[in-house]
Amino acid sequence: MILFPIVMAGALAIQEHQDHDAHAGHAPVAEQPTPPTSHDHRPGTQMPVEDPPAAQAMDHGDMSHDVMDHATMGHEMSAEPPTEKPERDHGGHQQMNHDMHAALQGDAQEVDHAAMGHAMPNDDNIPLAGPPAAAGSGPARAAIAIWGEKAMREAREELIEDTDGGTHLLVMADRVELRTDGRHESHLWDVQGWYGGDIDKLWVKSEGEGEFGGSLESADVEARWSHAIAAFFDAQVGIRQDLTGPERTYLAVGILGLAPYEFEVDATAYLSTKGEITARLEAEVDQRVTQRLILQPRAEVRLSAQDVPELGIGSGLSVVEAGLRLRYELSREFAPYIGVAHEWRVGRTGDLARAGGEDSSVTRLVAGVRAWF
Amino acid sequence: MAQDVRKGFDEARGPAIDLHVEHTSFSVGGQAGHAVAVNGSIPGPLLRLQEGTDVRLAVHNMLGEDTSIHWHGLLLPFQLDGVPGVSFPGIKPGKTFVAEFPVRQSGTYWWHSHSGLQEQVGHYGPIVVDPAGGDSIEVTRDYVVVLSEFSPMHPHVIFDKLKKAEGYFNYQKRTWSDDYPLTDEERREWARMRMMPTDILDVTASTYTYLLNGHGPKDGLEYAFRPGERVRLRFINAGAMTFFNVRIPGLPMSVVHVDGQPVSPLEVDEFQIGPAETYDVVVEPGAIDAYTLVAEAMDRSGMGVATLASRPGARAAVPALRSPPILTMTDMGHGTMAHGGGAHAGHDMGGGNDTDTSGGMKMRDTSLLPPTVDAGVGMDMVAMNPVSGFDDPGLGLREVDHRVLTYADLKAAKRNKDPRRPSRRMEIHLTGNMERYMWSFDGKKFSAVADQPIRFAYNERVRVKLVNDTMMVHPIHLHGHFFELVNGAPEGHQPLKHTVAVQPGKSVEFDLTADEPGDWAFHCHLLYHMHAGMFQIVTVSTPSGDDA
Repeated sequence: MILFPIVMAGALAIQEHQDHDAHAGHAPVAEQPTPPTSHDHRPGTQMPVEDPPAAQAMDHGDMSHDVMDHATMGHEMSAEPPTEKPERDHGGHQQMNHDMHAALQGDAQEVDHAAMGHAMPNDDNIPLAGPPAAAGSGPARAAIAIWGEKAMREAREELIEDTDGGTHLLVMADRVELRTDGRHESHLWDVQGWYGGDIDKLWVKSEGEGEFGGSLESADVEARWSHAIAAFFDAQVGIRQDLTGPERTYLAVGILGLAPYEFEVDATAYLSTKGEITARLEAEVDQRVTQRLILQPRAEVRLSAQDVPELGIGSGLSVVEAGLRLRYELSREFAPYIGVAHEWRVGRTGDLARAGGEDSSVTRLVAGVRAWF
Repeated sequence: MAQDVRKGFDEARGPAIDLHVEHTSFSVGGQAGHAVAVNGSIPGPLLRLQEGTDVRLAVHNMLGEDTSIHWHGLLLPFQLDGVPGVSFPGIKPGKTFVAEFPVRQSGTYWWHSHSGLQEQVGHYGPIVVDPAGGDSIEVTRDYVVVLSEFSPMHPHVIFDKLKKAEGYFNYQKRTWSDDYPLTDEERREWARMRMMPTDILDVTASTYTYLLNGHGPKDGLEYAFRPGERVRLRFINAGAMTFFNVRIPGLPMSVVHVDGQPVSPLEVDEFQIGPAETYDVVVEPGAIDAYTLVAEAMDRSGMGVATLASRPGARAAVPALRSPPILTMTDMGHGTMAHGGGAHAGHDMGGGNDTDTSGGMKMRDTSLLPPTVDAGVGMDMVAMNPVSGFDDPGLGLREVDHRVLTYADLKAAKRNKDPRRPSRRMEIHLTGNMERYMWSFDGKKFSAVADQPIRFAYNERVRVKLVNDTMMVHPIHLHGHFFELVNGAPEGHQPLKHTVAVQPGKSVEFDLTADEPGDWAFHCHLLYHMHAGMFQIVTVSTPSGDDA
């Protein structure tokens, strides 16, 4: 809430007040000196209004606009579409005959609006139609005739660019966090960004995690072309490069968007250079506790179509992660958070983990920051 | 930073007026930012013109970028209308553009840049045209009230935030702890639809300070009066993104002009003014020595404030911001249900079929759209039953317990000049995608239709229906013309407007006599909606049938 203390008008405000008080008595603004550049001698700038271009042949200037009566001016109705039914005596507005069939048959009777109160006038006897031939066709050319092809083409291109939503750059650290399971401290990043317009974007994303003092457990980077395919969804295709472990490059094909109930989802299938097929499904949703305090449940599921022992992956459901993060938006762009995340390595993937002496189920406390610009 | 630009404006009278457009800085309420000022003030000078005389307006561009001035509401040859890329090439840095034309009308209008996003940062000002033969509205005092916004954030940054984070400026969202009158079921339903019932204005007081004649709420702007005087207040909404709800607690307002055109006087306690609209009201203060003039942003995140004061320093209480309004299923185009019990509930506008709106919300049934609409990724909603919005006073005013203005109440004071019944109808859909912040007509951004203008034959009379397939109200402006709202006014007295607000999920109809040849801009006057694509060209052919 903004408080509005009753302020004594300062000297400036009083001056302003007096200006307004003396409104009618304003001296006209003194003529300002013309800047050094002389007037542009464009055709239109010098155009005398008494000698208008063809467009102005209908000289409105001569008419008193207030009393202008088209009906008595004998306007040519050349603009009427040739297929139009002739208009009926609109001078004598008849009481509306509530026979809609008559109206639909083109019996153009004026609805008596007054008699109908605020009911909308009936449109049924006005045909829904495109412009008549007299309206011309093709691009708008009127300004070209006055200002020239080149000047208007450049200005039109600028206008199109200026009313097209533009291209934008997003860089977002969705999760950059420290994690502990009580024995090991580790770190994780999940960052992404895009550059592009409404329909097509270049996406870059990277995820990774590792223990402090140790090597990275996993890390990858992806570049995707993203194309809007529905109101709330983009299709993406690109490549992923693993940065740790055995050499792997993947083709990535995915869907990213906002599902009903405001779940942000990212579902991607990967085909590796070794022919392995895997998939990641992620979903998260923002639950606003207050305008700035946001609880975000998040789930991630990893799947594999086959065993990949050298990556520690078994076929089927391989990894499930569930997290709950509570962030506070100091600004929309910067929000520290705390949370808890649990990871299960399941099925044959779990077996492989246990065989390697690792826990297949880990709960971690996390603290991090979500930031973007 | 250079010294801040002056708040408020001088008056510049014809026949020859020079306007110098310059970079400057502006500050209000402790926040400062870049600004563009004309003749050294924000707003720029009041152009006081005389109907029936010629005026010569010279615009000198002192910026390092192109600029332009559109004379909003003035009837003039299209090539002087000031829209780069439509009516002329724009004004290059260091150049001067001269618009010389006869003033064919009277009333309250305004001017503003049509280049980039300059309008957001101060490049606007009022126009008052005095009628030939004296004004029929007799008042003692005649004031201009220019409503606008200031943000310390650069407008390109504002747009960037809107593109990247839906609801970036909205701190009135649904939360676990809010007070909104929504049931759990309704909350789930909104979430299911991925829509925000709290999305009332895209840009809010979280970055905006609302200005009256350039003055912030704490700047102490006063309009002087003596008890018993009749005072005319000419409200102009020069805001880039804000619908204002205007009231003067304790003082009824008689609305006498709308968009510069006289209407049958109508007494109200509050009215909504959309970007680019103008409303002239007459008030008769005197019972108390001060009144607070409140221009509350429609989302009630903030307000602009001034005082009608019978002596310098006199003050009345400033009312607290009211609770933010919320969208209903009606705003998704589900017909006339659920007006929240407001005075206008159940006012059936006819033609409405009995749509089942109780369950199974179909929020994007593209089979309802005409073939002219491209239902692509830029559309997140289709209004199922877009009833007329003329009887809707606007968000925030549906439930108040005093008299509010609606378009349905307006009646032209003078008989309109064209008595013909339209020879054809056409329909234009207002379309958008909140999540992507895409806005367009018929699902097509201007870039997709830049070579396919909306065409009218010269002097053709057409009934145009605007259907709002979005959850936001859009102020739609057609340059160079006045159109008649088909609002049920008595025959010959449909009110004339240059800008019409189309309520969420509803429709409006207007009759247009296309008698101003040339190429004209047609767009949403929410600046960032236009910037996102909600723009088109209207071409009116010449009497000979050629392009102008």
